[in-house]
Amino acid sequence: MEHVVKMEGITKEFPGVVANDKVDFDLRKGEIHALLGENGAGKSTLMSILFGLFHPDEGKIFIRGREVRINSPRDATKLGIGMVHQHFKLVHNFTVAENIVLGEEDTKNGLLTMEKSIRRIEELSKLYKLKVDPYAKIEDISVGQQQRVEILKMLYREADILILDEPTAVLTPQEIDELINILQSLAKEGKSIILITHKLKEIKLAADRCTVLRLGRKVGTMNVKKTTNEKLAEMMVGRKISFTVTKKRAKPKDVVLQVENLRVHNQETKKDLVRDMSFEVRKGEILCIAGIEGNGQTELIEAITGLRPIDEGFVRLNGRDLTHASIRERSLAGMAHVPEDRQRHGLVLDYPMEYNLILQQYFEAPFQRRGFLQFPPIRKYSEDLIGSFDIRAGEGAISIARNMSGGNQQKAIIAREMSRETNLLIAVQPTRGLDVGAIEFIHDLLVEQRDEGKAVLLVSLDLYEVMNLSDRIVVIFEGENVGEFDPDKVDERELGLYMSGSKRREAS
Amino acid sequence: MKQLWIKTLERIGRKPTRIEATSSVMAIICGLLFGLALMIVVNPAQAFPGFFTVITGPFQEGMRSLGNMLYFGVPIILTGLSVAFAFRTGLFNIGATGQLTMGALTAVYIGVNWGFLGPFHWVVAVLGAMIAGALWGAIPGLLKAFRNVHEVVTSIMLNYVAMYFNTMIILNFLYDTQASRTAHPLPSARLPVLFLQNVFPGSRANIGIFIAVLFVAIIHIVLKKTTFGYELKATGFSRDASRYAGMNEKRNIVLAMIIAGGISGVAGAMMYLIPGRHLPYETILITEGFTGIAIALLGLSAPIGVLLAGLFYGALHQGGTYLQLYDFRPEIIDIIIAVIIYFSALSLFLQKIVRTFINKRTKASMGLSEEVEAR
Repeated sequence: MEHVVKMEGITKEFPGVVANDKVDFDLRKGEIHALLGENGAGKSTLMSILFGLFHPDEGKIFIRGREVRINSPRDATKLGIGMVHQHFKLVHNFTVAENIVLGEEDTKNGLLTMEKSIRRIEELSKLYKLKVDPYAKIEDISVGQQQRVEILKMLYREADILILDEPTAVLTPQEIDELINILQSLAKEGKSIILITHKLKEIKLAADRCTVLRLGRKVGTMNVKKTTNEKLAEMMVGRKISFTVTKKRAKPKDVVLQVENLRVHNQETKKDLVRDMSFEVRKGEILCIAGIEGNGQTELIEAITGLRPIDEGFVRLNGRDLTHASIRERSLAGMAHVPEDRQRHGLVLDYPMEYNLILQQYFEAPFQRRGFLQFPPIRKYSEDLIGSFDIRAGEGAISIARNMSGGNQQKAIIAREMSRETNLLIAVQPTRGLDVGAIEFIHDLLVEQRDEGKAVLLVSLDLYEVMNLSDRIVVIFEGENVGEFDPDKVDERELGLYMSGSKRREAS
Repeated sequence: MKQLWIKTLERIGRKPTRIEATSSVMAIICGLLFGLALMIVVNPAQAFPGFFTVITGPFQEGMRSLGNMLYFGVPIILTGLSVAFAFRTGLFNIGATGQLTMGALTAVYIGVNWGFLGPFHWVVAVLGAMIAGALWGAIPGLLKAFRNVHEVVTSIMLNYVAMYFNTMIILNFLYDTQASRTAHPLPSARLPVLFLQNVFPGSRANIGIFIAVLFVAIIHIVLKKTTFGYELKATGFSRDASRYAGMNEKRNIVLAMIIAGGISGVAGAMMYLIPGRHLPYETILITEGFTGIAIALLGLSAPIGVLLAGLFYGALHQGGTYLQLYDFRPEIIDIIIAVIIYFSALSLFLQKIVRTFINKRTKASMGLSEEVEAR
């Protein structure tokens, strides 16, 4: 078996952190090799080293048997290594073809000649079944198509070692299937593929082998066919993980949140971002808004929580009209909000943990007296939360939020919002980008909140999460409610059709 | 010795504020070295004694020069505090000069015309200056909060409005035609010298230094201990997060600019309620407002830091007054200060240097840090 990539004893240290500790990795020709690990396990660092973004402190890299030094992505490209980053690096107002040739343009007398390039792009897309329109602008095509453009970009540069960083995070189930098909046909053509991911299901479907990293060290390389998801998860986290959320049947009671004919309009594009949206959330249930990113979920939640004005319709909490109430009024009326963008909205990143944990309550007793902050109660409160929610921060209550890992930042927000006296918890993608251990923890907490009698409104892009956690599902497509479902009576495939707009039914 | 050195570096490296403070000190050292080089070029023979005099300025004539250091520092501490306070709220108050001008004009107007106030005369003049500066600061604050007009643009413009307004008012109402300059405030409006004349005999020190320290203390407490300061800093760090938390950012922006303007206004009163100083009626911008920006930078936007940086400025300024003895123009001091400002503007770059230096030196002795375990 020929090894196209062999990395030996790779060590990379950042100030205070060993990101990779003597990691070995090898990639065989024509295989799909998954790289699995929690956040901060060192997957991205290892691949960044292979792609020339970082230099290892120690270790050797062999490409096709020859030892190499990769000093920059340019070197990597020359060696036939291509990478699709988690966040696509495309120029939005350029066409597909322009993006693909960017940096490698064919010119004649200093002028661009696109015809030849476009012919090659068409050949490539036919060969690998990567259907795209070379003349379409990036901003007009779907995320799934943008990803194909990224893959074509690598193939155009004649890469035969392809690295994909979390490629499925933004795709619908149907698009994921297509991607896996594409990857498998690429592998059949002799390309070698590295798939960075923390989704076990996809590894099972797509990969031949899987290397697991934990805390910068390699745990092992497994043949995917001969192992189980449970085993992989255990290797990744270092302990046993339960995949299914254990919860009792919901016992929904009184209506807590009532959203009626809500409309959010964008003045600039003259488009409705949310249109005629109605639903209600009851005490003791988890209602999940499912949909593909960018279908109005963000705007819907911003309108409900007061971050964005409502153009039409009503929002009521426990019967009280909050349509035009301020954010503070809503919060005091009993709304807790775990925001979508935890770093932008959820935390003051330069504040210490204790300040962040009182962000919604700093003006209330006992944290405030006569306009002065009361430091001993603040410290005590934050230490209590840090303990009970297992928030790991280097310096405890005084750790600056910015220096903490994403998972712990999210735990802090969740701790703050769940520990308040509220009757509605709104959580937007609470587990995005987190590892299985943290996801399990947060899922359990959400169910716990429900069982304690709160109404939970969950927005998620992750169908697995939707199916597992919710008591009721509302699918949103282009800002509209296109169907309400019972998770026991619908499957992911069916939901996917509604999410992509291929099917719809009037809300009941 | 080497152990101690590495320990010190480690201590500095542990906290970002310490790294920032180190970079401020580096900016000062670079500025001073540049000044020395300049003096060597201009007049090699006198350069070293002259330079020595500059850096020992406050101690040249005992308590007198020390008192003058305080005197020169006062307006700069206040304008620096004004800029720093606004900055902590995420606002760049480049209009300290205009607010200072309006404060000075109001103080002089009251000082000249309201003699009937008797012993309260100077107090009312200072309060008037504060109110005038606050109102002047409120304009960019309101425009920012409700119309989203950038405060840098509006406050720069208002500097010029204040400058011309100042000239207009002085020439129409406050002009002393006999001396052909701005009328002088009545003796009752002068800032009291208190006991300072005994402590610092022959110096120009007055109550101003206490007022400046008082403001530093108040702002320090507001920022550190109050919910208001908590909100202001949160707004400054992250407008989005503070909005999410339901803070009234519009109100906070306006209030922050009012307070910043008020402090700059007081600086204006401190500069011209003094015997022998005349508010210029020419159309020139008063530079103390701009120096305040540099002092805020140098003092890392922290009240205590601003106090120290302002006193340092006062010391340099006092040192500069001796330079003529060595055949130098006192303007060299302004050049040195300008260079220090340049280097403090490069503070991010300097911080990076400090950080790499510390990492290099301490890495060997550090081993694995706690952060790894924390993950």
